[in-house]
Amino acid sequence: MGNRMLEEEKVFKDPVHRYIHVRDELIWDLIGTKEFQRLRRIRQLGTTFLTFHGAEHTRFNHSLGVYEITRRIIEKFEGRPHWVPEERLLCLSAALLHDIGHGPFSHSFEKVFQTDHEWWTRKIITGDTEVREVLSRMGDDFPQKVADVIEKTYPNKLVVSLISSQIDADRMDYLQRDAFYTGVSYGHFDMERILRVMRPMEDQAVIKYTGMHAVEDYIMSRYQMYWQVYFHPVTRSAEVILSKILQRVKALSESGYSFRYPPVHFEGFFSEKPLSLSDYLELDESVVMYYFHMWQKEEDPILKDLCERFMNRRLFKYVEFHQEHFMNEWSRLEQLFRKIGIDPDYYLVIDSSSDLPYDFYRPGEEEEERLPIHLIMPDNRLRELSRESDIVEAISGKKRTDHKLYYPEEWLHTPGAEKEKREILHILQAHPGKTETEF
Amino acid sequence: MLPEHAKIMALLQEAGEIVGRKKLQKIVYIGKKMKLPFQEKYTYHIYGPYSEELTLRMEELCSLGFVKEVKEQKAGYAQYCYHLTENGARFLDQFPLSWPAEYARPLVTALNERSAKFLELVSTMLYFEELPKEEVKEKVFTLKKSQNFTETDLEEAWDFIDSLRMIPFPVK
Repeated sequence: MGNRMLEEEKVFKDPVHRYIHVRDELIWDLIGTKEFQRLRRIRQLGTTFLTFHGAEHTRFNHSLGVYEITRRIIEKFEGRPHWVPEERLLCLSAALLHDIGHGPFSHSFEKVFQTDHEWWTRKIITGDTEVREVLSRMGDDFPQKVADVIEKTYPNKLVVSLISSQIDADRMDYLQRDAFYTGVSYGHFDMERILRVMRPMEDQAVIKYTGMHAVEDYIMSRYQMYWQVYFHPVTRSAEVILSKILQRVKALSESGYSFRYPPVHFEGFFSEKPLSLSDYLELDESVVMYYFHMWQKEEDPILKDLCERFMNRRLFKYVEFHQEHFMNEWSRLEQLFRKIGIDPDYYLVIDSSSDLPYDFYRPGEEEEERLPIHLIMPDNRLRELSRESDIVEAISGKKRTDHKLYYPEEWLHTPGAEKEKREILHILQAHPGKTETEF
Repeated sequence: MLPEHAKIMALLQEAGEIVGRKKLQKIVYIGKKMKLPFQEKYTYHIYGPYSEELTLRMEELCSLGFVKEVKEQKAGYAQYCYHLTENGARFLDQFPLSWPAEYARPLVTALNERSAKFLELVSTMLYFEELPKEEVKEKVFTLKKSQNFTETDLEEAWDFIDSLRMIPFPVK
C-alpha cells in the first residue's frame, strides 16, 4: 500500500520549533497509534519536575520534535551527494519512534527491574501493535528496518547518525526543549545555523567549517545542561527515593508481603513469567503515581515513608563524597545507621555521575566507540571538532565525575541514640557540600 | 552505586591488567552475557556493544584512585591499560560484594587472553544471538565489513562462545 501524501499538510504548534509539519500519511497515522499516544503520559525528564516545576513535558512532545528536526535536516540534504532519497520515510519513522519503548520513570525502572527500553522499542515496532501495522504498509521488512536504525545496526550509517550521534536530532531537540520547560537560560544554540552547515557524508553528517561556532554553542549547552539540569542534586535525590520505592516493592513482593494495594501492574517485573508487551504498554506515569499515592497507606514503614517522601517532596539531603570517605567512612556510616535502626539499604545512598543517562561531548580517540563531530575543511579534509575549537577542547575530557551521599537528615535530629547520631552528623558535617535541598 | 563499581574492580583484580578500552568494554559485555552480575547498559556502536555507563564508571574509579589508567602511545594511536591500585584492592577487600570468584576467574582469564578484535567479533555475535546463525553471519559481514572477518573467524568465535558456556556456573 505504501505511503500517500496527505491532501492537506497537518501542523502541530510547538513552543520549541514553532510548527511541526506532517505531510506523509504514514507519519500522521503513526502519531495516531495508541502506542505513540501513550508517550503523552511519560515525562521526558522523569523526576525533574520536583526541582523545576515547569518540566512536565513528555516523550510525546520530544518525539515530535526529533521528527521535525530530522525532517528539516533531510530537506537540506535532498539532492546532495551521499544522501539516498529513498531513505527519507525510514529516517522520519525512526526519528518519531526512537523513544517509543520508554516506560514510566524509565531510568530507575530499568535499573531496579533489569529491563531496557531499547528492547521494548524493538518489540513495539516489530510486535503485535498498531505501530507495526502502520509501518508494514511500507513493506514487510520496513518495521525491522526502523528497529535497526534505532538500534544503530542499520547498514546506512548516515541514516543512523541523524538520530543517534554526537550531534543528532535527538540531542538537538531535548537540549532546547528541556531548557524551555525547565526555564533555565542554558541549552540555547542556533539550530537553524547548524542545519544550514550540516553536510551528508558516507558514514555521518559533518559540519561545514564556517559553522564551527554554532556547534561550539551546542557543545557548551550540552555541558551546562548536564550540571545545571540533568545532574541537579535535588532531582537526583528524588530519583534516589524513586529507585528505593521500586527496590522496596520488589523486595516485599518477593518476601510474600501482603500489600493493601498489590502492585498488580508491576508483577511482570518480579515474577518468572516475562512481562507481556500489552502489560508493559499499560504502564505509564499516571499508573505509577497512583500506586505511590496509595502506598502512603501501606503498613510497611519503609514503603510508606518513601512514598510519602516522594509524593510530598520531602527529599533526602546530601553531602559530597570523595575517595577518603569511601575508604574510611562508608562502612562506619553503614554500621551506625543499622545501630540506630535506619536501614542503610534504603536510607544511605551514594549516587554517582555514572548513574545518569546523559553524557558530555567526547573528541574520540583511537579506541573510542563513538564517532566524534567532524568539520569539513575548505580542502575537503575532515577534522575532529576539538582540534579546531579551543572552547570545545577546553571542556572535552575534563573531570566529570561526582558522587553524592543521600540520607534523611531530619531523622538524625530526633531523640534517642544521641551518641551514634552525633557521630554520624560529625562524619557528614566534615564533608564539603550542601546539606540543604536547594533549587 | 557502590556494588557496580566494586564488580568492575573485582574483574580487574581477576584480570591483573586489561589492555585497551575496547577490550575492557567487550570483556564486561561478554562477561554479562555469561551471567557475571554486571548491570552496565549496552547499546550497539562502532565496534559492537558499548556501554557509556562503563566508560563513566571507569573514569570515576580512576578519579577515586581505585583504578590506574596508563596511556601508551602506539603507532599512530593511544592505548589505555587498566589495573587495580593498592587503595582499590584495600577498598574491595572491605566491601561486602557478592561476586562468583570461582566462576569469574577462568572466564576472565579466557577473555583477557584474546585480542580486542576477536572479542569485538564475539560480542557482536552475542549481541545478535537471538537471530538464527545465518542471520548473525550476515549481520557481522554487513556491519563489520571493514574488519574483514572470515567464515573461519566466525567458526572460531562460535567455538569460543561454546567453551565459555562450558565453564560451570555456581549453583546457589
